[in-house]
Amino acid sequence: MTTRIVELRRGILKKNDELAAGLRSRFVDAGVLVLNLVSSPGTGKTAFLEFTLRELRVRGAKVAALVGDLETDNDARRLAASGAPVRQINTHGICHLDAEMIDKHLTGWEGFALAGLDYLFIENVGNLVCPSSYDLGEKIRVALLSVTEGEDKPLKYPTLFNSADAAVITKMDIAEPCGFDRELALKNINEIRPGIRIFETSAKTGAGMEQWLGYLAEARAGRGA
Amino acid sequence: MHELSIAASIVDAVTESAAAYPGARVKEVRLRLGSLASVVEDSLQFCWGITVEGTPLEGARLVVKILPVIVHCASCRQDGELASLQSFRCPHCGEPCSDLRQGRELEIEAIEIDEIDEVEEAV
Ligand SMILES: Nc1nc2c(ncn2[C@@H]2O[C@H](COP(=O)(O)OP(=O)(O)O)[C@@H](O)[C@H]2O)c(=O)[nH]1
Ligand SMILES: [Mg+2]
Ligand SMILES: [Zn+2]
Repeated sequence: MTTRIVELRRGILKKNDELAAGLRSRFVDAGVLVLNLVSSPGTGKTAFLEFTLRELRVRGAKVAALVGDLETDNDARRLAASGAPVRQINTHGICHLDAEMIDKHLTGWEGFALAGLDYLFIENVGNLVCPSSYDLGEKIRVALLSVTEGEDKPLKYPTLFNSADAAVITKMDIAEPCGFDRELALKNINEIRPGIRIFETSAKTGAGMEQWLGYLAEARAGRGA
Repeated sequence: MHELSIAASIVDAVTESAAAYPGARVKEVRLRLGSLASVVEDSLQFCWGITVEGTPLEGARLVVKILPVIVHCASCRQDGELASLQSFRCPHCGEPCSDLRQGRELEIEAIEIDEIDEVEEAV
């Protein structure tokens, strides 16, 4: 019997990372900007996306969405009301989406093509920890935080906020009654991810959505040009 | 639970790599985990025990090395270890830092295996 040490130096999530890299190059080739939305359950991802999809369609953009949920297809039905193609991904208890799920649901999506699409939004499973480790091939990861969740959320979940490319504060319409400390929330987000773009929005009133839509258009124009 | 998926990925990866050493028994799996990797070691150890049960990896130890977050400061051009995950600032000059050089690792560094010697096998 000989005991030996074998150096592996391999990523635990290598399979996911390789699949995600493949997806990313497919997205770039198709000219579609892909965003991955991550937050706690109830932050307002679906409401924010409903608004975004509707508004982008009014402006003539071609949009689609994939939405992850543990068991139901409620969110997919809400999003589909915008008229955009939407597909539900049920994870059956898994607390995050991974690249394989995205790949499978894009491939098996009847009548759907990436080519010609401008934006693809992915609503992740409501969870602030697990989704941050799984690359989905997205260009932009968006971390969302509502005014009812506490200004220190970014400090409690630094992994997620640090890996985000943009941050969205939702439900600004109820910021005042909730005693939301805006300055503190902005400061905390910046402490974890210095210089990140932050949007203060309400899906109810549309506040802040113009800036967000402007950011999307810029990101798409700048993409892979 | 995230650690369960991570444990399953480790088992898959180690099984794949160990296939290059037929008949060998894996005694130890060494991981490098960044402190920003959002893996809780206790919970990973627990999930590891469950996941390896009944597989060829049953009984293998999981040894976890946690790596601190290292940032590169654009202002003073030095690397430094983050003092706290609640503040991404240069430990030397205090400027905000977003350039991460270490801390997100989720890596299998090495495995320790017992190989059956040719002679032994012949007996
Ligand atoms: N006042 C207010 N409520 C909102 C807003 N966005 C979402 N909500 C409410 O918050 C709850 C959760 O929203 P949902 O979009 O399902 O969150 P998700 O779990 O992150 O997808 C629902 O009751 C929404 O009506 C908003 O901008 N303002
Ligand atoms: Mg939702
Ligand atoms: Zn410095």
